[in-house]
Amino acid sequence: MSLPEKTPLLLNVNGEDMEVLVAAGKTLLEVLREDLDLTGTKHGCELGECGACTVLRDGQPVLSCLLLANECEGTLIETVEGLADKDRLHPLQLAFAEHGGLQCGYCTPGVLMTAKALLDGNSRPHRSQIREALSGNLCRCTGYQQIIESVEHAAAAINAPAKAGS
Amino acid sequence: MMRLPAFRYHAPTQLSEAAAILANEGPDAMLLAGGTDLLPNMKRGQQTPATLVALGKIESLRKSTNGTGLVLGAGLTLTELVGNPSLRKMYPGLWQAASVVATPLLRNTATIGGNICLDTRCTYYNQNEDWRKAINYCLKKDGETCWVATSSKTCRAVSSTDTAPALIALGARVRLVSASGERVVDMQDLYQDDGADYMQRRADEILAEVILDPMQDWRSTYWKLRRRGSIDFPILSVAAAARTDAGGTIRQARIVLGAVSSEPLLSAEASKFLHGKKLTDEVIEETGRILAKLAKPRGNTDLTPIWRKKMVPSFVSHALRELRGDDVSELRKRIAHQARN
Repeated sequence: MSLPEKTPLLLNVNGEDMEVLVAAGKTLLEVLREDLDLTGTKHGCELGECGACTVLRDGQPVLSCLLLANECEGTLIETVEGLADKDRLHPLQLAFAEHGGLQCGYCTPGVLMTAKALLDGNSRPHRSQIREALSGNLCRCTGYQQIIESVEHAAAAINAPAKAGS
Repeated sequence: MMRLPAFRYHAPTQLSEAAAILANEGPDAMLLAGGTDLLPNMKRGQQTPATLVALGKIESLRKSTNGTGLVLGAGLTLTELVGNPSLRKMYPGLWQAASVVATPLLRNTATIGGNICLDTRCTYYNQNEDWRKAINYCLKKDGETCWVATSSKTCRAVSSTDTAPALIALGARVRLVSASGERVVDMQDLYQDDGADYMQRRADEILAEVILDPMQDWRSTYWKLRRRGSIDFPILSVAAAARTDAGGTIRQARIVLGAVSSEPLLSAEASKFLHGKKLTDEVIEETGRILAKLAKPRGNTDLTPIWRKKMVPSFVSHALRELRGDDVSELRKRIAHQARN
């Protein structure tokens, strides 16, 4: 069988429209990493079990290794590269750095995106809701406790009144 | 790195258009719904369609209609099902089943239609191409031996869908649409006891919707056994639904076992036994024995078949006690997070 032709695809990633030529068999993960050089999204099990490749599609955390790029046209994709506001880290990033929410860091982009979707929908989640939301993101280093605490610290920071000068 | 093999891709916007493409392309074409089952299988060469017909752009598959019962478009995601308050109220067994499929991330793309059609699973099949080649493949695909039951003439891969047992217990039906017409099939008749050819759905048919009758005076529930509290497929599940009169006497009951055979198992014997009885501890215990006889777990999924079979009466008991009105919330929480080795 001959290789399918590449077709132009318009993707909106982190608020920016990007046009790429994509073969039918390419996953969103492959397009992000290989065509758009957005290598923050990690390539883990490739089978939908580990959550390392999690990105947001229209605000919802999804596994980019199991999504055809073709299926993402007309949607808004957010990756870990879009989390910080220019030089200002997202409260989640600050909390993870400060409270040891990561060790090797490989699962972290996926965890951050899943946690962002959770906090966007519910800025005061109960610990059980954090555990449930993150139950599809495997971490082999931290034992999860610091991840959950980091999300709680981020939630507290988001809900705290803005400090002068920040 | 496992890449998807090359395939032709269609993304029609109308159901009729999808049915026409499927009819034209023949059995080498497959439907792509959420893709959370098919795409991993394609990456490992377990399923090798030449053409994918993506259903995501067909609006009619994403609707739910709440009339006297409930009609669910097959393209609704499991997350959408879990977020549907009338589904939760009217069909708690289906709600519970949908809420424990895989992970929240997978449920955001996985659809109800896809979970109903989920490929059967087996230790000897859910492997990459090299692994399967090393054992000279198996009956499920490309080989001649069922490695979990070497004398078996049929494939013994396991039915691993969570929602199908719940839907069968609720007496649901599905609408299958093809270029040549459409038909409505009872969920309990949709499957057959052959892991390689496990569904009555023809290759040219699209599972378009799930039809649930009104069930005001019914109670339903779903219990799932798995190693971890998330991610894993079921290794045993019990779906139960019952209608009782004001005095608590059962007028109708349906109990279905999942993940202990190549198809979900509805127990006619249990339905007959429970008719006209009250859910006393003795009745619940005897029902557990009836269901345990039916279960045929094999050593082709997680944990041992002996232990999985032993768990049948316990899980039937949890389900029936819940239907009786016992508070089993703590038990449910504990089982959901259990890690037994």
